[in-house]
Amino acid sequence: MAQMSMIEAIRSAMDVMLGRDENVVVFGEDVGYFGGVFRCTAGLQEKYGPTRVFDSPINESGIVGAGIGMAAYGLRPCVEVQFADYIYPAYDQIVSEAARLRYRSAGQFTASMTIRSPCGGGIFGGQTHSQSPEALFTHVSGLKTIVPSTPYDAKGLLISAIEDDDPVVFLEPKRLYNGPFDGHPDRPAQSWAGHPQGDVPEDHYTVPIGKARLVRDGFDATIVTYGTMCFVAEAAVSETGIDAEIIDLRTLLPLDIDTIANSVRKTGRCMILHEATRTSGFGAELSAQIQEECFYNLEAPIVRVTGWDTPYPHAQEWQYFPGPERVGRELTNLMEAAS
Amino acid sequence: MPEYSPLTFRVPEPPVRPGGEPDFSKFDVPKAGTVRRPEVDSDPDDMKDLATSLIRVLNRNAEAVGPWAGDIDTDLLLHGLRSMMRTRSFDERMMTLQRQGKTSFYMKCTGEEAIAVGQQLALLPGDMNFPTYRQQGLLICQDYPIVDMICQILSNERDPLHGRQLPVLYSAREYGFFTISGNLGTQYIHAVGWAMASAIKGDTKIATGWIGDGSTAENDFHAALVNASVYQPPVVLNIVNNQWAISSYQGIAGGDLATFAERALGYGIPSLRVDGNDFIAVHQVSKWAIERARRNLGPTLIEWVTYRVAPHSTSDDPSKYRPREESAAWPLGDPILRLKNHLIQRGLWSEERHKQAEAEFDEEMRLTAKEAERYGVMGEGASDRDIFEDVYKDMPPHLSKQRQELGV
Ligand SMILES: Cc1ncc(C[n+]2csc(CCOP(=O)(O)OP(=O)(O)O)c2C)c(N)n1
Ligand SMILES: [Mg+2]
Repeated sequence: MAQMSMIEAIRSAMDVMLGRDENVVVFGEDVGYFGGVFRCTAGLQEKYGPTRVFDSPINESGIVGAGIGMAAYGLRPCVEVQFADYIYPAYDQIVSEAARLRYRSAGQFTASMTIRSPCGGGIFGGQTHSQSPEALFTHVSGLKTIVPSTPYDAKGLLISAIEDDDPVVFLEPKRLYNGPFDGHPDRPAQSWAGHPQGDVPEDHYTVPIGKARLVRDGFDATIVTYGTMCFVAEAAVSETGIDAEIIDLRTLLPLDIDTIANSVRKTGRCMILHEATRTSGFGAELSAQIQEECFYNLEAPIVRVTGWDTPYPHAQEWQYFPGPERVGRELTNLMEAAS
Repeated sequence: MPEYSPLTFRVPEPPVRPGGEPDFSKFDVPKAGTVRRPEVDSDPDDMKDLATSLIRVLNRNAEAVGPWAGDIDTDLLLHGLRSMMRTRSFDERMMTLQRQGKTSFYMKCTGEEAIAVGQQLALLPGDMNFPTYRQQGLLICQDYPIVDMICQILSNERDPLHGRQLPVLYSAREYGFFTISGNLGTQYIHAVGWAMASAIKGDTKIATGWIGDGSTAENDFHAALVNASVYQPPVVLNIVNNQWAISSYQGIAGGDLATFAERALGYGIPSLRVDGNDFIAVHQVSKWAIERARRNLGPTLIEWVTYRVAPHSTSDDPSKYRPREESAAWPLGDPILRLKNHLIQRGLWSEERHKQAEAEFDEEMRLTAKEAERYGVMGEGASDRDIFEDVYKDMPPHLSKQRQELGV
């Protein structure tokens, strides 16, 4: 086992796949010689050459569109969109093309590709380096959407994504790249070194797509979350002393509803927590499904804690970000709510 | 059937990487004054050579020569020099603030100062720029309050944008400065649309679009060109080719097989390639293109050839992807130095006055930064209520509720 940050784990996944499968290619803006603005592809061009790992023009629509063409030929592109906030020019290619190639050609053509992109806030990036657009992808039939929260899962899931025969949107919470983050910006930054989830095998392994991870066992309530918010939830639980079960979805679609439902049936109370805006966010889908599955077990209304329905502000970042204090308060309210 | 050998895949590479000697041998620098200057109403078909030549006015002896030299008012030249110098002092001071942890982020335009300043001084009040993050000179040369720029960068109590925007993404409608988007290329087509509106309304205002070499790859660049071609609106489309887009050299945007200016030719749009480090060339070519727009002769594209001397931003380390000495080897020199030498040579400026001015501007920026810091640094003083304002004109009920939830 090696100790890896999430950046190193992601790089290692691509390294392993470039080595195992000649059809894997990696490209995106600044991804080649430089190795990516977050260094996720550092060294890969040197190792595999510029026909396997290369820079692309600044054209997200072209990055995804070219990836689809390559996938149609039979390659397995793993492309990077520099920030999830810049994925919108590629949205048409993702929604109208990648997601539907298989359906409209009755399986003659498929888009076996992975679209990696850093998401989420917490780095003072303002509205164009902080967004969490996952719900724009979970709303689209034909796509799989993944948001890992640890180095171990990031590598295992990225390998699964690259090996998957359908298009996968792989959103990487950039605030977790170098260490777990509990939502207290005033405390010293933590690193992955020494964290159990920072232990990452160097060779090939997979974490299955569509399986949630139990972060913490508990009896009083269930917190359903993913990405950076997993650590915020842990902080809120330890700060309030409420014995909540925490579920890290890891894959948003296909959703592991069984794991969620089993937990909510046990605890009777449920909080959904995400950093993305609330209205029509992925929490809305979660809330609907949990209600469908667990209505008779619920002792209180399901509560959603999310980013506000505004663009991500720069200076007011920590008032926007659903930190442990807000989560803790809502958790306490949830425990006090009577059915 | 003929036999073919296996195809190979081309990935362009810059001439040198770190560790190598800077190499601009493939970069052709024609003599100043050698490129012709057609009348503004000439047939675009007869100007195609201007997209591959390089218009230059200031020669090695700092003289303004050739058909593009024209006559520029002395006051304008001095104002241009001072504005470029203030822009550079401003950038340096802001870098200091960032290093001191007083702001999260900054972007300099070092080496590119002539372009924004030279063009803005040819525009009229009411015209609208659609800038990128590297055109701070547009504001500075109009004497926009420096303190307001710094307050935006500090995201403080006096920030005109209420702490919402990343540092340097200014907005200043009264100064003909459209709100900068963090998303590349999106605004190029806005400039075209704004100019179309001016024509629809029978106005006399014009628009200018701004984009970097790297960002010309975005679809919106091509959207702008096709709309500009079809409707012939009064717009000047600027491409600032500073050779780099973060770590990608301009060949990754397609700049090594054809000039960026040439892209406009396929759309029938007149296009000029210009020495962007030559203030006089910048100003005169801008005037020419603006005159075309104003006389309803349609759009013009201009490729400004320059070099990004600074790192891409405070988050970037260019020594990882280009030789450290590359900017010093850049054949078009430094825009401030070149205009300074020209003015000295004409007896309008001196080394002494230059030194004094430098000291004066450094002091101006130091004091103004101090003043701005009184309103807070690094987001201090930005109001939490402002998170919810301006999402809509009238706040819908769900947002009022969320605001109450936050308790502000
Ligand atoms: C749509 C979009 N994609 C990617 C980025 C990230 N990004 C910011 S600046 C930049 C390079 C732009 O280079 P260029 O257009 O040459 O302008 P320069 O920075 O050289 O002035 C990139 C890739 C972005 N801001 N927006
Ligand atoms: Mg550039």
